Amino acid sequence: MSLLHLAIISPLLLAIFIPMLYKAFRNIHTGWFVLPLPILLFSYLLTYLSATTNQQTVAETLNWIPSLGINFTAKVDGLGLLFALLITGIGSLVVLYSIYYLGKEKEKLGNFYVYLLMFMGAMLGVVLSDNLIVMYGFWELTSFSSFLLIGYWYHREKSRYGAQKSMMITVFGGLAMLGGIILLYNMTGSFSITEIVSQSGDIFNHPLFVPALLCILLGAFTKSAQFPFHIWLPDAMEAPTPVSAYLHSATMVKAGIYLVARLTPVFGESPVWLWLIAGFGIVTLFWGSFSAVKQTDLKAILAFSTVSQLGMIMSMLGIGAAALHYETLDDNIFTVATTAAIFHLINHATFKGSLFMVVGIVDHETGTRDIRKLGGLMNFMPITFTLSIIGAFSMAGLPPFNGFLSKEMFFTAMVRVLELDIFSLDTFGILFPVLAWIASIFTFIYSMILVFKTFTGKYQPEKLDKKPHEAPFGMLISPIILASLVLIIFFFPNLLSQSIIAPAMASILPSLLETGKEFIVHIYFWHGFTIELFMTFGVIVLGVLLYLTKDKWKKVYGLFPEKLALNKAYDGILAGMQSGSYRLTSSYMNGSIRSYLVYIFGFFILILGTSLFAKGAFKMDTSNVASIGIYELLLAIFIVIGTVSILFSKSRLASIIILGAVGYMVSLFYAIFRAPDLALTQLTIETISVALFLVCFYHLPELKKEEAGMSFKLTNAVISVGVGAIVTLIALSAHSNKLFDSISKYYVENTYTEAAGKNMVNVILVDFRGFDTLFEITVLAIASLGIYGMIKLRSTRRKEG
Amino acid sequence: MRTTNNVILQTSIKILLFFIVLYSVYIFTAGHYYPGGGFIGGLMTAGAIVLLLIAYDIKTVAKILPVNYRILTAVGLIFAIGTSAGALLFNVPFLTHAFGHVVIPVLGDISLHTATLFDLGVYFVVVGVTMTIIQTIGEDE
Repeated sequence: MSLLHLAIISPLLLAIFIPMLYKAFRNIHTGWFVLPLPILLFSYLLTYLSATTNQQTVAETLNWIPSLGINFTAKVDGLGLLFALLITGIGSLVVLYSIYYLGKEKEKLGNFYVYLLMFMGAMLGVVLSDNLIVMYGFWELTSFSSFLLIGYWYHREKSRYGAQKSMMITVFGGLAMLGGIILLYNMTGSFSITEIVSQSGDIFNHPLFVPALLCILLGAFTKSAQFPFHIWLPDAMEAPTPVSAYLHSATMVKAGIYLVARLTPVFGESPVWLWLIAGFGIVTLFWGSFSAVKQTDLKAILAFSTVSQLGMIMSMLGIGAAALHYETLDDNIFTVATTAAIFHLINHATFKGSLFMVVGIVDHETGTRDIRKLGGLMNFMPITFTLSIIGAFSMAGLPPFNGFLSKEMFFTAMVRVLELDIFSLDTFGILFPVLAWIASIFTFIYSMILVFKTFTGKYQPEKLDKKPHEAPFGMLISPIILASLVLIIFFFPNLLSQSIIAPAMASILPSLLETGKEFIVHIYFWHGFTIELFMTFGVIVLGVLLYLTKDKWKKVYGLFPEKLALNKAYDGILAGMQSGSYRLTSSYMNGSIRSYLVYIFGFFILILGTSLFAKGAFKMDTSNVASIGIYELLLAIFIVIGTVSILFSKSRLASIIILGAVGYMVSLFYAIFRAPDLALTQLTIETISVALFLVCFYHLPELKKEEAGMSFKLTNAVISVGVGAIVTLIALSAHSNKLFDSISKYYVENTYTEAAGKNMVNVILVDFRGFDTLFEITVLAIASLGIYGMIKLRSTRRKEG
Repeated sequence: MRTTNNVILQTSIKILLFFIVLYSVYIFTAGHYYPGGGFIGGLMTAGAIVLLLIAYDIKTVAKILPVNYRILTAVGLIFAIGTSAGALLFNVPFLTHAFGHVVIPVLGDISLHTATLFDLGVYFVVVGVTMTIIQTIGEDE
């Protein structure tokens, strides 16, 4: 185990000790014990920066299940390191923020930090694992810990609903992803991403390629809240705000993005991949920003905004895959989309993290997040206001904030879609810039709503639970750091470009790099008067206009019927599945033994009949048949008459007696067929069982004793005739298909010499095959003890009751 | 308690009982050579006891034959398992029977077979089981 492995699981190890620390040091906020770890991890991961900048990857293997090819291989490359830095960096800030956000008296802090550390370790595992199965394990651990974190205030109904919903959707996707992983394994014979990437050229035409692609994408889309799986994210806002800031803006929702980026070298050349990712991304972008405008809850706005920004990153990754088709191009203009995706990923983590924290502060200091109740907080919370301006303007894509840069690059990427001449992108591709532009206008509008509805306008003290005031300094540290990053990245965008973005691009698009080369990333904030700039102007002008006239056109949202909303569909599907399966189960599990017997015999007929005729097994051979004597004939006729008359007898007593008669005739049959032991036994046993039947008959309750014949039911008749016919056919075929001689000759020859007996039946019973007899008498003993127990124990219980 | 006077029945049972028991013992012992054996012998013995039950009542029969039939079942199982497992002591597989001719002073030369002991176990189990069932049901109110 290397230091890297230890670093990945160190959050999980610390989580074990958190409850003890929580119990032992009641006076100290447990968060302080957690805080050093992510900082330490962050600085440790920074040491890898020099390696990845030089295009090196660090891989450490720890054998886990080598026989199945499942080993815990930790691999640090540009992409993994970028995510790991985000996870630990934002993780540190979130822990710091949560120390001030969660009170140590009211909250169960032990639980909180255990879940949070579990999540952090799981996330690190996802982004730093090279083995797909190990990655899947960590992936599900993120779903699981996110479930626990969303349901942190488990006494609230909505928390539980949100937690369940996110669990259902992400685990659904996770399982699909597992399927995809297994398909990949089938194609390549390896779980290692590195090896799969090296074989990517071979599997392109494999029939399992597209199914694997779809399964993997299902996992990525559900985790990253892409349309139509985004519905869990707004409901996950019931979690404490540090959780929302960490999981639902900066890290977990980017796991899907990570997966797409990571597997781009495998699937990227497929048109299905490009169209699905770019298409779903752009739709998500539009739908998320469109839906965010109508929200009244600050966190809901941010949730939909996250959905939309994730869609944006996703669409850029999709378009970025197009670059793979222009390998010959020296100056590959399509890689800009990938650059933009990575750059925006970083930017989004900074501004969205800070915005969530700002919203948390507003919630904490006023007691509400409803924008209809808030307003005029500018004078009370100047620092928070400034932070929110920075975050929101960056989100809207305005200078001088980093969102502007990535938005410009986004537009560049989308405009260049028109220049692509593959996969009919030159015709349908026009949708991308148009949708992107419209979505950006909506992004602008909700960003403005977020700031101005909260901090400006009329102050409404009567609607607030608390008197608002500025947050404590500790709570402000983290958002201040993030907001300053927003500004720093704008003014010095190339700080990150060669150290982080270029190595990450090298991981996403390795085939474009010749050995020894690296991507040259340069981010400009002035492109000249290009189409992108005019698009941004258009966004600002139209956005301001629409924001000011918002009350007039808000009716648009009413046009969309509530019934068709995706949440309604989800709830409907869930309720429908529940009631449907209940109805299905109760339709056939009706508690009546008769029906179950009908199923059993029905399947008996179906299976035996089908195999009898499908295999052509039926055969009738009369060569081996003995002649029929008069006694057999007479007895058979009597037995048939007896059997049939049981069916038609009106009284039970008559049935019992006829049954006895049939039994005696069977013993006569034994006598005729020269089986004296059987005949004797059959006689006595028949007598005893008839006596027992009579006892039962005598004790029938008086209340509903109806002396009526059996009612006729067609199903029963059909099934019993069917069973009889099938058994007869099978008996006939079995008799006609004797494959070898009976072994009875051995018994005939050896009964006296080996076992000193002349009664062969008895010798077989007690000697040759005495083992069976041993357990048959055990069966008898158990039966008698059972009857004894049933009767005796029942009467004692009655006395007690 | 039975109130009716069943003199004829009771008297004839007293005589019949011996024949039935004798016959059942015959069937049991002859089992290895002629039709019969532990199973049918046990059933017939149980039939004899049932006849007693019919002629008299449960308490009287329990006084005449103070047997706990559940223990009888267990004893029978022990006989069967013991005979089978005894083979292991002589380094042969489970349930290997041994037989041979033995000269016993009074009875003279007779053939003995461990399978008879096994069969005796069967006999006891069958008597025990049948009587347990019938008695339990009969005693039930």
